[in-house]
Amino acid sequence: MGGTAFGRTPGDTALMGGVVSPGAELAGAGVIASSGALSQEVLHVTREGYLNVLVSLREGGFDMCADLCAVDYLRHLDRALPEGVVAERFEVVVNLVSIARHQRVRVRVQVPESDPVVSSLFHLYPGSENMEREAFDMYGVRFEGHPDLTRILMPDDWEGHPLRKDYSVGRVPVQFKEAPGPR
Amino acid sequence: MTDEELIAETSEGPQELQDLDDTSPEELAIEQGSAMRLPEGLVLDPGDIDVEFGSDETMIINMGPQHPSTHGVLRIMLELEGETVMRSKPIIGYLHTGMEKTGEQLTYVQGATNVTRMDYLSPLHNELVYSLAVEALLGIEIPRRATWIRMLMTELNRIASHVMWMATNGMDLASTSMMIYGFRDREMILSFFEKTTGLRMNHDYIRPGGVAADLPDGWEDDVTAIIDTIPGRVDEYDGMLTGQPIFKQRTEGVGIISPELAIAMSATGPILRASGVAWDLRRDMPYLAYDEVDFDVIVGTVGDTYDRYAVRLNEIRESCKIVRQCIDKMPLGDYRAQDKKVTPPPRARIDESMEALIHHFKIFTRGFEVPDGEVYVAIESPRGELGCYMVSDGSNKPYRMHIRGPSFVNLQTLPPLLRGGLIADAIAVISSVDPVMGEVDR
Repeated sequence: MGGTAFGRTPGDTALMGGVVSPGAELAGAGVIASSGALSQEVLHVTREGYLNVLVSLREGGFDMCADLCAVDYLRHLDRALPEGVVAERFEVVVNLVSIARHQRVRVRVQVPESDPVVSSLFHLYPGSENMEREAFDMYGVRFEGHPDLTRILMPDDWEGHPLRKDYSVGRVPVQFKEAPGPR
Repeated sequence: MTDEELIAETSEGPQELQDLDDTSPEELAIEQGSAMRLPEGLVLDPGDIDVEFGSDETMIINMGPQHPSTHGVLRIMLELEGETVMRSKPIIGYLHTGMEKTGEQLTYVQGATNVTRMDYLSPLHNELVYSLAVEALLGIEIPRRATWIRMLMTELNRIASHVMWMATNGMDLASTSMMIYGFRDREMILSFFEKTTGLRMNHDYIRPGGVAADLPDGWEDDVTAIIDTIPGRVDEYDGMLTGQPIFKQRTEGVGIISPELAIAMSATGPILRASGVAWDLRRDMPYLAYDEVDFDVIVGTVGDTYDRYAVRLNEIRESCKIVRQCIDKMPLGDYRAQDKKVTPPPRARIDESMEALIHHFKIFTRGFEVPDGEVYVAIESPRGELGCYMVSDGSNKPYRMHIRGPSFVNLQTLPPLLRGGLIADAIAVISSVDPVMGEVDR
């Protein structure tokens, strides 16, 4: 039994035992490093190899894209990452599930601020559509090949990407009619 | 300058609307918003229904955001040919309040109060996934009693949520008695929640480190009364709806989704199980103590609206089974971890010890620091996989708190579910997806 085992009481140690690590299979094909911190399989991939790794993971049985989100590491550009991974401002994090193997894997890819573009997973996992739109809306990370990369939660004419760390809380006046702004 | 010359100079050619056939697909995409496209590839098989793409007969209408059967502020753009739905697109964001951003401003102690407002029909699941993520980063173990209390409460919440779904679904399909009954049953569970947590909803009961308070005296009787009543009532609804011809005609064969498509679209929960995939995180990736209780994973065969109804109906019975086992097996002990770092001192200590008072004050003002790291935790909420991706930078607030809302992802299945059906069926289908807009928009 792989994957999550949280909230378990003492004595439960059924974590990654006996499960083939997907990182080992894919070494070299764009995977820079893999780690198993907190009993979760994490793969760090290059931006160029991102789509290839996902294709091989999909073929390797990870048939569902459970989650995709972005993180803005503006205040932690010097964070500790495994050997060989160059830290960039943005990170796109993909969580995959293998229904047959009861296993999860997380793929992290570094996305530079100057060129925030990664390949879209839409043609691989159509279910990633909304999640990529959300990441675009909230962080301004663009997904190349996405059929409809528009804002999903914010109004279409909104300026800025709210979850970025340099987008402070309360900066934008709440849009109530005729109400004075907070400043 | 004569009129003719003026016209010739300013003319942009004939202004009549051309046939849509004359427009190139790329232009059409811009004109209608590529939004109105169906997902391609695996999802789109033009052969399965007759989609007349260039026909001028189609009409685009908006359903919602104020439509009563969209369960909140969901707006759906529908392309209709006569009464048949061709393409559609859910448009969301009307309830967006930036809860992920808010989560980054609140300490770990305050965070549960924030997330509990996302999926307002199953608030305890939100608190649970948040607390599990914080605890995973902290690396603390919680006492067995807290684990079992969490299980008891979330299963009761699952019953309340499914009963509530039965009620609203009944209302959408014109069974108003079901609505009254559903709300009546939900109220029973909410009264128990009020007794235990102090509030009917938005409890902030499950917190990092355990739960806020022990179960009240006599909780066994209250819970037994609930689970003695609910199965009988469920049988009643079963008799009232399951075999009823009108209900069957409105749901059977409506909004079918195949297992392959459901997996590709990342659908989870009753939608995925109704299509025939036995995937339930409680059984397949057990958290809390779900590997110590006995229950069945309910699976459908066809994947239509009727199956999704049947899956939810029977999941109420399974949850009753789990709750009964929770009563029998409820261990004694602490209801929260006795870890000085995250647990405030007992109330009585505050009166006699200055240090305890300071400690209490520090925990509720500054909170506690959580070690560096990132973690993804997922649980099975009534709507599917509820995940929390949390990044900590060692401070007292999460650096990033992302909630994977099952409704948000499940909503993507609407276009393929609605396609080819009648607009009246759209009501039944939207209801069967069970979106909670608070969680969709967050």
